[in-house]
Amino acid sequence: MLHTFVVYVENKPGVLSRVVSLFRRRAFNIDSLTVGRTEKDDVSRMTIVTEADPDQARRIVANIYKLVNVLLVDDITGQPALLRDLSLIKVGATQETRSQVLDLANVFKARVLDIATESITVEMTGGEEKVDRFLELLNPYGLLEVVRTGVVAMRRGAKSPTVGSKAELTPASAEESDSVSHSV
Amino acid sequence: MGSKKQTLTGARILWECLEREGVKTVFGYPGGAILPAYDALQHSSIRHILVRHEQGATHMADGYARATGSVGVAVATSGPGATNMVTGIATAMMDSSPILCITGQVGSKLLGSDAFQETDITGVTLPITKHNYLVTRPDDIAPAVREALYVAKSGRPGPVLIDITKDAQQGTCELDFEGAAPKMRGYRPDLSPASDAYDKALAMIAAAKKPVILAGHGIAVSGAEREVQAFAERACIPVAMTLLGLGHLPASHVLNMGMMGMHGEAWVNKAIQEADLLLALGMRFDDRVTGNLKSYAPNAKKIHIDIDPAEINKNVKVDLALVGDLRKILLELLPRVAPASRSEWIERIHELKGDTAVRDIQNLPDNGHLYAAHVINDLWHETRGRDAIVVTDVGQHQMWEAQYYKHENPRSLITSGGLGTMGFALPAAIGAKVARPDADVWVVAGDGGFQMTMAEMATIVQENLKVNIAIINNGFLGMVRQWQEFFYERNYEATPLLNPNFAMLAQAYGIKSEVVKHRGDVVPAVRAARAHEGPALIDFQVEQEDTVYPMVAAGAALHDMIRRPSPIVETAEDE
Ligand SMILES: Cc1cc2nc3c(=O)[nH]c(=O)nc-3n(C[C@H](O)[C@H](O)[C@H](O)COP(=O)(O)OP(=O)(O)OC[C@H]3O[C@@H](n4cnc5c(N)ncnc54)[C@H](O)[C@@H]3O)c2cc1C
Ligand SMILES: Cc1ncc(C[n+]2csc(CCOP(=O)(O)OP(=O)(O)O)c2C)c(N)n1
Ligand SMILES: [Mg+2]
Repeated sequence: MLHTFVVYVENKPGVLSRVVSLFRRRAFNIDSLTVGRTEKDDVSRMTIVTEADPDQARRIVANIYKLVNVLLVDDITGQPALLRDLSLIKVGATQETRSQVLDLANVFKARVLDIATESITVEMTGGEEKVDRFLELLNPYGLLEVVRTGVVAMRRGAKSPTVGSKAELTPASAEESDSVSHSV
Repeated sequence: MGSKKQTLTGARILWECLEREGVKTVFGYPGGAILPAYDALQHSSIRHILVRHEQGATHMADGYARATGSVGVAVATSGPGATNMVTGIATAMMDSSPILCITGQVGSKLLGSDAFQETDITGVTLPITKHNYLVTRPDDIAPAVREALYVAKSGRPGPVLIDITKDAQQGTCELDFEGAAPKMRGYRPDLSPASDAYDKALAMIAAAKKPVILAGHGIAVSGAEREVQAFAERACIPVAMTLLGLGHLPASHVLNMGMMGMHGEAWVNKAIQEADLLLALGMRFDDRVTGNLKSYAPNAKKIHIDIDPAEINKNVKVDLALVGDLRKILLELLPRVAPASRSEWIERIHELKGDTAVRDIQNLPDNGHLYAAHVINDLWHETRGRDAIVVTDVGQHQMWEAQYYKHENPRSLITSGGLGTMGFALPAAIGAKVARPDADVWVVAGDGGFQMTMAEMATIVQENLKVNIAIINNGFLGMVRQWQEFFYERNYEATPLLNPNFAMLAQAYGIKSEVVKHRGDVVPAVRAARAHEGPALIDFQVEQEDTVYPMVAAGAALHDMIRRPSPIVETAEDE
């Protein structure tokens, strides 16, 4: 099944390549990986989506932790969480089909960025499945160009893992979330 | 406290920090990008040992580390110097050996420009180091050195590399040694098991009728030799050793069954297959240890005690894992484990043993054939009881050593297990000798592997090190020939060796040497070598097509072993 990990890393050169290299050499596949800044200057945050069974997922977590620059790994699979994927979609649209495409965009709350004689470009944010469904419906009109950022994710509610001093480096919910605890 | 800070060059800071961290010796080879560091060596009390190849430097650092548990340090220049270290780094990584490699790098302004002797060595070694650093400013040297030593040594140990640009070595800054103490936010080498795991483990052990301890390298890393012995004795559990576990429980201990795995003792593997509980202590279920996973110890519940959570359920699915330092965990378990006798199980193991002891060839008469088993057996007799360290290379001789040399002491066998790096023995032995100058250090190498790093004979002589070398000379890349014999219809493609005259070669380096072809000459030669003041080499010319038995073929079940056609006496007398 698809697993989603949120990985907090020290914002240092080369950390991304360490994580990617780890997935490559352990033959874990990456479905999507995003990396970006956080509320703390010295902490970056990755969201990694990967295909793994529960046991593999546990080993992935353990292996990521072996990277010295990793601060925290949160396996949010199956947890109440917000998952968002941003896409830019350029779809074929002639005079006859333009209004149909615009209707679809409207229904899916996609933002229209550009209308040309032969195409429409929209921006769409949402959970992966929603984007998938939207793309499916647009397909008959001709998908000219699609780019997706990959998923970024965040737990719902106030409870978030705190990544600050060493003392705080325990997952917010060690008891519930078995995957972040090291005992098996 | 003394807060007087000195302004120093990065090069001097490097040595100063190493020295203050307790490093006494480094193994290295100079070149342009590391020259500032070499120049600054004059201000340091650190001993530098000039090697003949940077691979040698890494194996020496590794040998040093394995002989003591302290971090071994190797130094090289950029580009080819750094890439020559790759094999040694990978070797240390596979066997969890703490080494620190320091490489020079082109000036920071030139990085990425394909400058002369520029190699992205932090990129190259990313997957084979525990961690690495690229340092471009003198201010970052002290924190990098201190953190690197800490990372190399703590938790599951491993190699760490620091790549230092030439301008960082040349530039100056204030040295704040205390301020450079490791402050690591994420790294956590000190995990401990959930508290209920101890109770579960104790219950499983109490319920077991046929338990076996699988003893690995982690015992030495953890310094848990005494605790393992006490635990085995109290719970009365027979112990099987991995190759890298040998010595961590005395071979002569009644509960020590011997080595498991591909070339382990047949009875040990059978006992594992019959067991109802496996208690893995600091070992990682390598594929040479398990044989075919599908049929591995089918009746056994498994408990895995290991410091690395990533090892849990990697190869063998276990029923219970205790993640943390072995010694600490055993200290928790020891007072609570129920004393037991398990006489039936112990008896059963004796039975298994009787069944297979006939394969032993070490007591065979000479009959004109010198077997490697004879050499190892006699070497063992001559050196045991003393502070001997045997450092083996990779191949048949390595397995015969493991089978016939009975290791009584921890850290008395140093060998490349996980990577199986030919050429390891001679340089690793140099490192071991430097680390433990009073030890009786023996290289046991094949005629093939010895030639991979034999240039280090010059290092021995230049550094005046008393290292003894036993070449098990069978005229073949023997282990590969053995696979060809079993699995490739005896097509001995590219395995026969036309060797140099090793004895003359040794003499050319200024090393005393001898050739031995008969069993009767083994002991006198070993004695003469030991008595000789300087280094000595013995070329043992042994049976050429001898085979390591027993053997679990790749993919076969652990108990399904190819055994020595017996009695061996016939083959020995036939010709
Ligand atoms: C030609 C050849 C043949 C071989 N045949 C055999 C064979 O027949 N039998 C055999 O056993 N091996 C054999 N080997 C060696 C084999 O490949 C492995 O290297 C070996 O089995 C590994 O032993 P290990 O798991 O004890 O050590 P390592 O690979 O060093 O693993 C050590 C384990 O201990 C853990 N650890 C480290 N520190 C601690 C601590 N403080 N507390 C708790 N845990 C800790 C580590 O995380 C790791 O999991 C052979 C090798 C070669 C080259
Ligand atoms: C660097 C390296 N290259 C190749 C191998 C594959 N290999 C394993 S054992 C062996 C033969 C070793 O021959 P020798 O050193 O003579 O020892 P013997 O097996 O004859 O005792 C080879 C080639 C290896 N382990 N390491
Ligand atoms: Mg040979």
